Amino acid sequence: MAACAKGLDKLIFSLRSLRNLQLRNERGLSTSVCRPSPREDNDPPKFTPPPKPVVIDKTQTVASMRKFLSPEFIPPRQRTDPFKFSMERKDMVRRRKVLNIPEFYAGSILAVTMADPNASGKMNRFVGICIQRGGKGLGATFVLRNIIDNQGVEICYEMYSPRIQSVEVLKLEKRLDDNLMYLRDALPEYSTVDPDMKPESCSTSGEVPVNKIKVRMLPKPWSKHWERPRFGIQGIRFDLCMTPRQMEFVQKWAQPWQEYDMLKEYDTSRLEEQIFSEVQREMSK
Amino acid sequence: MERGSKLSRSLTGLLVGTSSIIQQRTFGVSPVAAAIQKMTRVRVVDNSSLGNTPYHRAPRVIHVYTKNGVGKVGDRVLLAIKGQKKKALIVGHKMPGERMSPRFDSNNVVLIEENGNPTGTRIKVPIPTHLRKLEGDFSKVLAIASSFV
Repeated sequence: MAACAKGLDKLIFSLRSLRNLQLRNERGLSTSVCRPSPREDNDPPKFTPPPKPVVIDKTQTVASMRKFLSPEFIPPRQRTDPFKFSMERKDMVRRRKVLNIPEFYAGSILAVTMADPNASGKMNRFVGICIQRGGKGLGATFVLRNIIDNQGVEICYEMYSPRIQSVEVLKLEKRLDDNLMYLRDALPEYSTVDPDMKPESCSTSGEVPVNKIKVRMLPKPWSKHWERPRFGIQGIRFDLCMTPRQMEFVQKWAQPWQEYDMLKEYDTSRLEEQIFSEVQREMSK
Repeated sequence: MERGSKLSRSLTGLLVGTSSIIQQRTFGVSPVAAAIQKMTRVRVVDNSSLGNTPYHRAPRVIHVYTKNGVGKVGDRVLLAIKGQKKKALIVGHKMPGERMSPRFDSNNVVLIEENGNPTGTRIKVPIPTHLRKLEGDFSKVLAIASSFV
């Protein structure tokens, strides 16, 4: 086998030199030769050791294998002293050491338990679909939405509030949009979540699944003009509620030159790398 | 004759199809996210007969018993409902309140008598828990609530 490979290497080297020579002399003659497969069919199959048994410790929560930095760690683009944001990051990491805030996106289904001095049992658990993530630093928020007894209810949670006792991801998925505020104007079935839902297991590595569902809307008027290009919404069946003429008319509000405005660019990739390594270092301390 | 009738039927079908598009109001008729003020149309969420029998005019707020004229959860309002004046208690509104407190998709009220006792015997939708914290005697309203959020 090894001899064969060595011979093959030699052959390829000679071919390459030949090609170089020929390139110098005359062009256009192809010298690429089909490489023979290194393994013949009549070889006995190699011994493969059986896979090692994987012992999964069910008592510990499975740490996510994918690289994820929560978006509130990235400071907004402004002239505030970066020192303020680094102080806030320290506090956020200290809070995250106590409270496990998992990875989630708009469209994921979450269950949040918070201390509520007014509720019975001093605890309040709310299950809903995350429709928006907002805020930077310690003031980061997320909005959960659900329909309880045919009444749409939304709660805006502060992620680092001391009242929050646990954040649990019941279903981890993304949607076509980063902001699902249009679910307020969609049919109620799209924001209804069973409050006794069991957490669905999701692979801890690889990409987060994207739910490509397109929602059907209630008749107009909506709370906002979701059809306008400013929102850039992908997850609505506009063909059911608007005529093609109206769709064409809506393009009047398009501002296609905005994407070429270099002053509005905010490339966070390097910043993200830095902050990610910083947060990892702090969390492992 | 038959062809004519078919044509008319198809025409009426076309008209019905387009009329559903034409009849859509493309403008909002009330502020979407605002607390309760005068002329706000509200939803009565208890099981009182006055609030649940259909009527051609939605119940409207004609007075808010606060200093600034804006009603939030726990404030009393005066409703014009079925041609009568009736007091009600706000138990949820569309305008987002404080963080970590619920925001509802409709402006909910519960009808109350002059002395503060609720008219109905059951509230059908969840009630915000911070109503317990507010001063005022809501104990009878809280007692008939089915769920809290």
